[in-house]
Amino acid sequence: MSCLRAFGSHLPPRRVTNQELATLVGADPAWILEASGIEERRYAADEDTVAGLGLLAAQDCLKNAGAAAADLGMILVASGSSERFCPGPASLIAAGLGLASTPALDIPVASCGSLIGLSLASRLAPQCGPVLVIGAEMMSRRIDRTPEGKDTAILFGDGAGACLVDPQSGFARIADSLLATDGTAAEILKVEHRRLVMEGKSVILQAYRKMPRAINDLLARNTLAAADVGVYLLHQANLNLIERVAAGLKVPLDRFFINITRYGNTSSASLLIAADEWRRAHLEPITAPIVFSAFGAGINWGALLALPV
Amino acid sequence: METEARILKVLQSIKGNPVNPTPDESLFESGILDSFALTDFVAGLEDEFGISVPDSDLSARKFETLRKVAAYVTAKAS
Repeated sequence: MSCLRAFGSHLPPRRVTNQELATLVGADPAWILEASGIEERRYAADEDTVAGLGLLAAQDCLKNAGAAAADLGMILVASGSSERFCPGPASLIAAGLGLASTPALDIPVASCGSLIGLSLASRLAPQCGPVLVIGAEMMSRRIDRTPEGKDTAILFGDGAGACLVDPQSGFARIADSLLATDGTAAEILKVEHRRLVMEGKSVILQAYRKMPRAINDLLARNTLAAADVGVYLLHQANLNLIERVAAGLKVPLDRFFINITRYGNTSSASLLIAADEWRRAHLEPITAPIVFSAFGAGINWGALLALPV
Repeated sequence: METEARILKVLQSIKGNPVNPTPDESLFESGILDSFALTDFVAGLEDEFGISVPDSDLSARKFETLRKVAAYVTAKAS
């Protein structure tokens, strides 16, 4: 059994409103809000790096956990937007934490990477010790802020989130997870030649079907129903998609934690940023199941179930 | 009812008003369908034609024009 022990996050301070973005991409700010549910997003500063954002989220998570970096058995870093493919940000974050021999591995998967990290960590922690999962993204460097890139430019922002998965103690135990990959649809969402390329309508079609199905399958094999879940923490891709997933599960939208309005889609960071904000607002012991779910490049998707301890 | 007329019926039920695209007009570029209306459209086609659209066919390009949709539902229903 592994447990969720603490979350952390870091958002760069620069806010980019729909009004500011609308001028660049030639769109109506009201249309951006209607199409995405996003009111503003954060952009990193010129001198920032993916590893730098990730390190700040990692430090915040360790502080929230009351843990030291030296306690870690492994670090997993999800990012689809790192400046360098190899080595990616994981080793730099480990170095930033003062670690010189702790294994630090990259998960180069946009949007679903943090969910993959949590699932792997739940299995690895009993052997390795506490695993720090980090999602760090600077998607603002992977979008085209011109009228040609409007459909993706309106969505994405920068940020980082983290979660400490502990083999023994925490506020919820990770009971099960379900991961899936379908490479036959890989072309609909990819980061290629340092640019995000997305067939948005196909992505929505796929995600709308696959996320509720993954959640229902995971719950069913744990003899739970969608209505039994206390909170759904989803990759913050698009408010309209979250609403559709809620409707597909026949669960009220107020069971879904939503912060995409303020941060946009931060790809693989979004799940952990949302989890951190939710946990900060709900520090009391949890009494109902938590479900995480994400969908992204690959295409990869899945869900993870955490239960009260 | 002809296939095209049944497809238009599904489109109109989603839009809430009559639409009359030409056979090769993009339903996306014309503004008839956005990303989320497309999910309703595909679900509506499944109901109207008694077909099941598998995940492997969930590509927006298959549903971009009346002609493409008619060819798709005809092939699936046969």
